[in-house]
Amino acid sequence: MSFLLQVAAWLADPAHWSGSDGIPNRIAEHLLLSGVTTLAAVLIALPLGVLFGHSGRGGFLAINVANLGRALPSLALLALMLPITLNLKLGLGFWPTFFALVPLGIPPVLTNSYVAVREVDRDVVEAARGMGLKERQVLRMVELPIAAPLIIAGVRNAAVAIVATATLGALVAGGGLGRYIVDGLARQEYPRLFVGALLVALLSIAVEVAFGAFERLAVSSGLRSEREPTDPRVTLQERPR
Amino acid sequence: MRPGEPLILWDWTFNHVPDIWQRVLEHLELTAIAISVGFVLAFVLSLGIRQMPGLYAPVTWVAGVLYTIPSLALFALLIPFTGLSILTAEIGLVGYTLLILVRNIVGGLRSVPPDVREAAVGMGYSNWQVLWRIELPLAMVIIIAGLRVALVTTIGLVTVTGLIGQGGLGFLILQGIQQFFATPLIIGAVLSIVLAVLLDGLLVLVQRQVTPWSRPA
Repeated sequence: MSFLLQVAAWLADPAHWSGSDGIPNRIAEHLLLSGVTTLAAVLIALPLGVLFGHSGRGGFLAINVANLGRALPSLALLALMLPITLNLKLGLGFWPTFFALVPLGIPPVLTNSYVAVREVDRDVVEAARGMGLKERQVLRMVELPIAAPLIIAGVRNAAVAIVATATLGALVAGGGLGRYIVDGLARQEYPRLFVGALLVALLSIAVEVAFGAFERLAVSSGLRSEREPTDPRVTLQERPR
Repeated sequence: MRPGEPLILWDWTFNHVPDIWQRVLEHLELTAIAISVGFVLAFVLSLGIRQMPGLYAPVTWVAGVLYTIPSLALFALLIPFTGLSILTAEIGLVGYTLLILVRNIVGGLRSVPPDVREAAVGMGYSNWQVLWRIELPLAMVIIIAGLRVALVTTIGLVTVTGLIGQGGLGFLILQGIQQFFATPLIIGAVLSIVLAVLLDGLLVLVQRQVTPWSRPA
């Protein structure tokens, strides 16, 4: 109980709410890094996945990238990026973390968007073509809306994974909430450690919930009863960070 | 990382082979404990769910929330209570295997066609005989698929436990980061990836042995 009182006291200290090491700034850093990284991963993976799914080619690649992504431990990736960014004179902190996190975000988006577009009922696509829609229109007006739930789920998995793993950026002198955990450990200041961990956990869950809400807004109501995806390749590739 | 220094110092590597080997064994030990404890827990939970399907939603919800918490944060949350110990590491590692394993064990058991189950019941099999002789063998493919995911993710997460004084190969990675010394960092990272790929391959072989019918013709 006394420990939780220490945590409460730490939280009540106004010094921990302002300045570059204050909670608002650390949360902002965390969200900025995660947002930029997720955006980069989506920009790379989404067009590829949709294109593969639409053309029916590259499925092998799309699925195996996901399996490979699962085998790459995030800390190992971060470690391997460090010598590279240092050699490129990009320094510590933001860039090594960015380059380590982008590869973590690509697999879920790539696989989900591929499977999502691929699994759109071929009869529906044929009917759309038969009605005279051009390929581009088939993609935009038929395949993408039907594929939307799975695609958003893929982006959600990527975003949650990235928010969670961005914590590790503090190990290479990055900012964000991981700072509290790493510093708390180093100084054996457990309230700091605990608050950092709590905030990261809450932030991850908040991102998950936010995407759930976004999904309900973005998905056509005709598709809303959509069940859990049954394809094991999709359901299995999220992972803890 | 220091200017002019090659990425891998082979001298250092050869002098530290016993140390590195020690870390590999530690990594395997942490992984083995997590997977076996996680599997037993998940198996018991899944049997419970098999008897009472209503349990599935709450169990996967709890495991799912746990799964969303970043590993470093989960370890950090436990430290004030269980210290920088192997227990802290294993609570986290086991927790992360639960969602994957429960989902696959239950999914595997449910994938057995009702006709097959009814035929067994009709032949006089008891509830437990149906489970052991019919459902589990048929579910094996999906269960092992779940084990593969759990194994590969656990090997990756073990590296993170380096931060709480455990870690196996994660220790080498952190040593490299803290000392700005590329050699242990690269060795730790590459070996942990190699370990994941090797053990995953091993499980694929096991799966082919236990479920010969699933081999591609």
